[in-house]
Amino acid sequence: MCLAIPAMIVAMGAEPHLATVEVSSVRRTVNIDLLKDERLAPGDWVLIHVGFAMSRISSRQAEEQLKLLRMLGEDAEAMQELEGYTFE
Amino acid sequence: MKYVDEFRDPALIRQAVAEIRRLADVDRHFRIMEVCGGHTHAIYRFALEELLPSNVELIHGPGCPVCVLPMGRIDEGLSLAVEHGAIFTSFGDVMRVPGRHGSPLEHKARGADIRMVYSPLDALRLAERHPDRHVVFFAIGFETTAPSTALTLRRAKELNVPNFSVFSNHVTIIPAIRAILESPDMRLDAFIGPGHVSTVIGCRPYTFIVDGHHKPTVVCGFEPLDLLQSIAMILCQLREGRAEVENQYARVVPWEGNRAALNAIGDVFELRPYFEWRGLGFLSQSSLKIRDGYAHWDAERRFAVAGVTVTDPMAAQCGEVLKGVLKPQQCRLFGRECTPEWPVGALMVSSEGSCAAYYNHVYRRTVVGAS
Repeated sequence: MCLAIPAMIVAMGAEPHLATVEVSSVRRTVNIDLLKDERLAPGDWVLIHVGFAMSRISSRQAEEQLKLLRMLGEDAEAMQELEGYTFE
Repeated sequence: MKYVDEFRDPALIRQAVAEIRRLADVDRHFRIMEVCGGHTHAIYRFALEELLPSNVELIHGPGCPVCVLPMGRIDEGLSLAVEHGAIFTSFGDVMRVPGRHGSPLEHKARGADIRMVYSPLDALRLAERHPDRHVVFFAIGFETTAPSTALTLRRAKELNVPNFSVFSNHVTIIPAIRAILESPDMRLDAFIGPGHVSTVIGCRPYTFIVDGHHKPTVVCGFEPLDLLQSIAMILCQLREGRAEVENQYARVVPWEGNRAALNAIGDVFELRPYFEWRGLGFLSQSSLKIRDGYAHWDAERRFAVAGVTVTDPMAAQCGEVLKGVLKPQQCRLFGRECTPEWPVGALMVSSEGSCAAYYNHVYRRTVVGAS
């Protein structure tokens, strides 16, 4: 329920509240409105929750979070969630 | 310490465990509640309780959204699909929650249009793709998820999508902690504060726990080391007679929270006078209803939902387990009538529920596996 998926922004979206993120070669559009004060740019890392970027994190934290998801046995579920976003 | 070597930094883990043992006075018993269901899941998954001295006890709190959802709300949400022909959408966790006449999945098997989504925005998009159908999003979650629903409602209003609505079951964590603190059988010494909820609300809302109740509270990350360090920080406060809010998860949680997320919640939602929580009863000012400005997208108003209260199965002791009075395995239904495959009580539904976590990570291994 509270799955937080670390993802890297690879492109800003057509509309200002959207961005394309990538996790393990999978690319999806997410909503970045909750981090509009952060002036996100390609190369930045964020934590994604239910289709929304919730926190900006460092690349090291992203790596640790991915490892944590693997340790919790939730990495497949996280990828499934990311691949399941259909709102773009 | 059989799992320690798999952790990211075994040396730091050993150090934290040694610190906990040093700080936990043997003549005292410490009861620490982790509020968040994600922490409960991590504690069982990593078997962290096996690393703790026997006088440091973790009590698993109410921070699992599907676990505290009363059965009547599931029934009412499902009635929108069954009686009004709407497409019922929600997160995967909701799909197996038992209602009086079955779970969303069981309703789907009987022909109701029930669909799992990964984001509330997916539900909105579904409504845009099916203008001839009504799509209801059954919203659930604490402050981590509420901003996403709020922004989805804003979007629905901007785009003026007429055939979409939200059935809001969003709850707020502070009244639940308050109810536990004010419960007559309360016997906790400290709290491990939630991680992701705090990215939204920040650390300030927890000050009433330390000021009013003198219970140390440490906002904590989800790695084994985070949890062990937070327990050590709590024990250190208790030893020194301090009660403060400390932020162990500062690498992700800003002290002030996320302003944009709080504004989105405040713009779209207001507090209900009271709301029923499974196991905790009716708590005032503890849940979010949709404001008048978004009434058109409020499923409860559009479908005149009555607000039915359904009593939980009498035998299940979810309430006592939620408040930490009973351990999961002490419930009279645990492992017999109530299992993760056939849950009776909600704590058995989600992997973040303390009963399912205990069943999957301890009971299945030691009892079921041994038989």
